[in-house]
Amino acid sequence: MDTSVENGVITRSELPLRVINSTPEGMVKAKRRVKRSFRQIRTESVFRRTLTIMGLVMIILVLGILLTLIVQSLPSIKALGLKYLWGKVWDPVRDIYGAWPFLLGTLLSSFLALLISFPFSLAVAIFLGEYYPNGWLPDFLKNAVELIAAVPSVIYGFWGLAVLVPIVRTLETHIGVEPVGVGIFSSSLILAIMIIPYAASLGRSMIQMVPSPLKEAAYGLGATRWEVIRSVVLPYTKSGLFAGILLSLGRALGETMAVTMVIGNTSLIPKNIFAPGNTMASVIANEFTEADKPVYLSALIELGLVLFLVTVVINLIGKKIIDRFTNE
Amino acid sequence: MDGKNIKFRIRKSYAAQIVTTAFAFACVVPLLFILGFIIKAGITKINWHFLVSIPKPVGETGGGIANALVGSILIIFFASLIAVPIGILTGIYLSENRKSRLAYWCRLCVDILQGVPSIVIGIIAYFWLVKPLGGFSALSGSVALAIMMLPIIIRSTEETLKLLPSSLQEAAFALGMPFHRVIFKVVLPVGIGGILSGVMLSIARITGETAPLLFTAFGNPYLSFNITKPMQSLPHLIFDYATSPYDDWKNLAWGASVILLAWVLLLNIFTKLITRKWKVQL
Repeated sequence: MDTSVENGVITRSELPLRVINSTPEGMVKAKRRVKRSFRQIRTESVFRRTLTIMGLVMIILVLGILLTLIVQSLPSIKALGLKYLWGKVWDPVRDIYGAWPFLLGTLLSSFLALLISFPFSLAVAIFLGEYYPNGWLPDFLKNAVELIAAVPSVIYGFWGLAVLVPIVRTLETHIGVEPVGVGIFSSSLILAIMIIPYAASLGRSMIQMVPSPLKEAAYGLGATRWEVIRSVVLPYTKSGLFAGILLSLGRALGETMAVTMVIGNTSLIPKNIFAPGNTMASVIANEFTEADKPVYLSALIELGLVLFLVTVVINLIGKKIIDRFTNE
Repeated sequence: MDGKNIKFRIRKSYAAQIVTTAFAFACVVPLLFILGFIIKAGITKINWHFLVSIPKPVGETGGGIANALVGSILIIFFASLIAVPIGILTGIYLSENRKSRLAYWCRLCVDILQGVPSIVIGIIAYFWLVKPLGGFSALSGSVALAIMMLPIIIRSTEETLKLLPSSLQEAAFALGMPFHRVIFKVVLPVGIGGILSGVMLSIARITGETAPLLFTAFGNPYLSFNITKPMQSLPHLIFDYATSPYDDWKNLAWGASVILLAWVLLLNIFTKLITRKWKVQL
């Protein structure tokens, strides 16, 4: 109950109502209050609009990246056409541009890295997902693997240059190929270390999502632990593991610094996996600031465009698979 | 016969377990080698003089990495200044509009952005900033790094806010709070731990990035505080001096590697501690 007597007017109500007095000060106060709530509403709608604009900005950013790459690589697309992609010679001095050495170098180094790293990342995934999900030792392993992803790529490159390249060189003298040390094999080794965490952490979470009734049923039928993993866990997580490989591949294709430092940087077509070469990313890193002719620069940007499109497609397929897997 | 068979199967299972464990722990070996080698090679190079002086020309011993340290800090500071507000706001947008079509496309774009190779971002920053402004500048490097930070911040903000109970927001709305005050006074303070760890993670990620800086910040052998001019940064200095043929410069790069590694690892550990304290999943 709220009763008040002001200016000879008695106000009574069940609810505590706000009374607007007709005195000048009261009016001013009430007006101010109304103004404030209007301001709140206006700020609210401005804020909502800002959020939507931010969402739009992301889309514009990605479209802008795509457009910039396309527009800047137009001169080379016009001048060189599609055969640019499988032209076998790259000689900017004589104005001959062919991207095949770099495409080949990228594919070779990435797939070799994937091949080397897959058993390890699968082992980490199985170990952490199935054998020992909890405890201090698995925690240590998990953190260590995450640390692999955290180390900057220049540091991998520097280490590779100082430690790995001499080792590879000795290996090459033993098996009888030209002992250069730097080359596709060295960069694949470095890449293999760098991409372990991506497939491993994804595989781990996928393996942990395998419903336990499935596994228990297999145990109930008398399967051993390995048999459960091989015939229940791995088939169930097949698509998730594939997505992990795709994400690792996307990482390996776009990796620049570590590869640039150990791959040897020649624009010749690599004869074998020990030969020096160049990847798309490393040739951009090396020659972008030196490109003096418009077609030269634009040919490099076209490489960037190819790299962008390939990684986008790979990543989107990977994400789609993961989404489908987690929604099931 | 049957007994033999089952024994064989059990033994095989054990063997598989041992092999898996061995392969899993084999991953740690190169990491330990790398960390050990770098710390061994670089820790002796670090002293006070190393941190406060700039690199000497070839042939003179001594010199330090002050220009790269200052450059890294400035470039990262401006990158965060750009990326943190945009990232957090976009993250809020995505968590508030889960079903709208624009949000779907926005999420897709964030996914794409996360996978873009860093060298491509460098090219983009070159054409968006370096060319129009007429020269290499630290600012363009900051923008390139900011683009790389965005997806990490957006993702972590969105995931953190999604985990908050909706009753929290509803209670605030029921009290008559306007939307922006609900976000700033209720939602963000509760989710600050997860958002902060996302920000730190993104800083840790870009600290080691060299590729986007090659054509933007460009590098500079002298100390510079002007963000409209070329500037050196730690990873760039390591790249330049590691590939040089001079031992003095290589030693400089080893020292810089230790500093960079310590910086990145500390940020990562710090992030881990925050995530543990606030119990957020990233």
